[in-house]
Amino acid sequence: MLSSLHLALPPAPLFFAQLLVGLINGAFYAMLSLGLAVIFGLLNIINFTHGAQYMLGAFGAWFLLTLFGIGYWPALIIAPLAVGLIGIAIERVFLRRIAGLDHLYGLLLTFGLALAIEGVFRQEYGSSGLPYSIPAELQGTVSLGFMFLPIYRAWVILASAAVCGATWFIIERTRLGATLRAATENPALVQAFGINVPRLVTLTYGGGAALAALAGVLAAPIYQVSPLMGSSIITVVFAVVVIGGMGSILGAIVSGFALGLIEGLTKVFYPEASSTIIFVIMALVLLVKPAGLFGRAG
Amino acid sequence: MARDRAAWAWGVGLFVLALVAPFLFYPVFLMKALCLSLFACAFNLLVGYVGLLSFGHAAFFGSAAYITAYTVKAWGFPPELGILAGVAVAAAMGAVTGWLAIRRQGIYFAMITLAFAQMVAFFALQAPFTGGEDGIQGVPRGHLFGLIDLNPTLTMYYFVLAMFLIGFAIIVRAIDSPFGQVLKAIRENEPRAVSLGYRAEHYKLLAFILSAALAGMAGSVKALVFQFAALSDVDWTMSGQVVLMTLIGGLGTILGPVAGAFIIATMETYLGETGSWVTIIEGVIFVVCVLTFRRGIVGVVAPYLTGSRQRSGCHV
Repeated sequence: MLSSLHLALPPAPLFFAQLLVGLINGAFYAMLSLGLAVIFGLLNIINFTHGAQYMLGAFGAWFLLTLFGIGYWPALIIAPLAVGLIGIAIERVFLRRIAGLDHLYGLLLTFGLALAIEGVFRQEYGSSGLPYSIPAELQGTVSLGFMFLPIYRAWVILASAAVCGATWFIIERTRLGATLRAATENPALVQAFGINVPRLVTLTYGGGAALAALAGVLAAPIYQVSPLMGSSIITVVFAVVVIGGMGSILGAIVSGFALGLIEGLTKVFYPEASSTIIFVIMALVLLVKPAGLFGRAG
Repeated sequence: MARDRAAWAWGVGLFVLALVAPFLFYPVFLMKALCLSLFACAFNLLVGYVGLLSFGHAAFFGSAAYITAYTVKAWGFPPELGILAGVAVAAAMGAVTGWLAIRRQGIYFAMITLAFAQMVAFFALQAPFTGGEDGIQGVPRGHLFGLIDLNPTLTMYYFVLAMFLIGFAIIVRAIDSPFGQVLKAIRENEPRAVSLGYRAEHYKLLAFILSAALAGMAGSVKALVFQFAALSDVDWTMSGQVVLMTLIGGLGTILGPVAGAFIIATMETYLGETGSWVTIIEGVIFVVCVLTFRRGIVGVVAPYLTGSRQRSGCHV
């Protein structure tokens, strides 16, 4: 077995290329687990529809381009808004009715929604991907000396870091965020202070869905736009969430990026394990710290 | 007492129906439904009686299917040994997964089991012996104990029925035993069960292993019936399907998972050619069940049939 671990350092370009792939994946893990954490905080459900909402974001960008000729930059705003509205509708029509029940029902309901949404898209578009090209402004590469960096990938990393930072700032440092956190701790008391908690819940779910859709638009030019893109990433994101723990926003961001990087590194040193490494780490974390690295016990 | 007698009458009636069923319905469909039934009953043991919702049971079902298919085809194992090998591997995997997963509860438990199942699915895609995208095909059914040829459809049907009944009997016996009572106590109030001196972790782990082993048995038999094991057996949609079957039939009811499995099998058989419609309809059923029908078919119907209208609790 050991002989297949080619521990000798691989050529530098390969190393950095895989590191970049890892960073890109990490950016998506971070954005998606962030949305899951925000929704979980207030609604106490694991949003299984998150993968489908990510896929809807990518398809939204594709629809805007193919049907209306609307390009990448407007899509970056319009698609998340549209998916956010769909999210608001989902919360109003479905999730609100099961708010008082065992949290597992939320998981089952959102799983059912994900199946249905994905099924509709697979029926229409098959399971092969549709191409979505990189916007003209972001095409090409820059040379960093040791490697060529595709500009679009650099943009994705920067954009997702900015999105994560902004979300963190809103939740941890603004008045709205303070209200949100208070409603997470004690919704009845916050309601008694005259704040419309049900509306807050609806908007939070919409916001989480929009965040997933934004990740989807960013992903569209990198991965192909495919009905299955959501379900293939969501299970990994769940593992990331278990590793990070649901307790903190920062935890979701850090563990997202870190696990993406680790996955990339594994691809360099031991490619056979690259698709399972995150699950192995999850098992180890469960052994040592069952609540997750940044989580609170419970 | 009247209720017990009614339950017995229903049991005998269903058994007779199962005996004559292959002459009335398409036997391959029945075998598929029985395999799914056993799978769902095994899953229900965990969710219905311990309150642990596993979202990764396909890992046990699918792994056992692969092991049985491989040992029978490549090593020439007779069917009974092939099934035994599949069950043993599923139980061992259940021991490891369960040992890790029962550290958390509720949605975390669901996510952890899902993640492990995904890991198994990746492994099945890459491992040298699983045949990648093709799976393992052309698995011979062989001769049971070297005597009974399992190739005729009718013989195979009665073999599958026997396997189902053995698995079902184990589950019913486990639920009715003191062990099952402790499981229910843990489901209702874990701190209290612990304070009474029961080591909840041990009971949960044992239930998990039993559930995984029986799910494996279903997978092993399925591999012999259809003579293949494939990625769809370990896929997360399979995990979702077993949740759906149990939910439709009634969580925590003895016959609910069987009813649910027959409904899903029927739907798949008749809608199988319509592409993704099965998935869409399954998703919609999920939503409808959770919103309006949480006690499931058997949970709603059974009290009328057995003459006792007492509300039976239904727990996730």
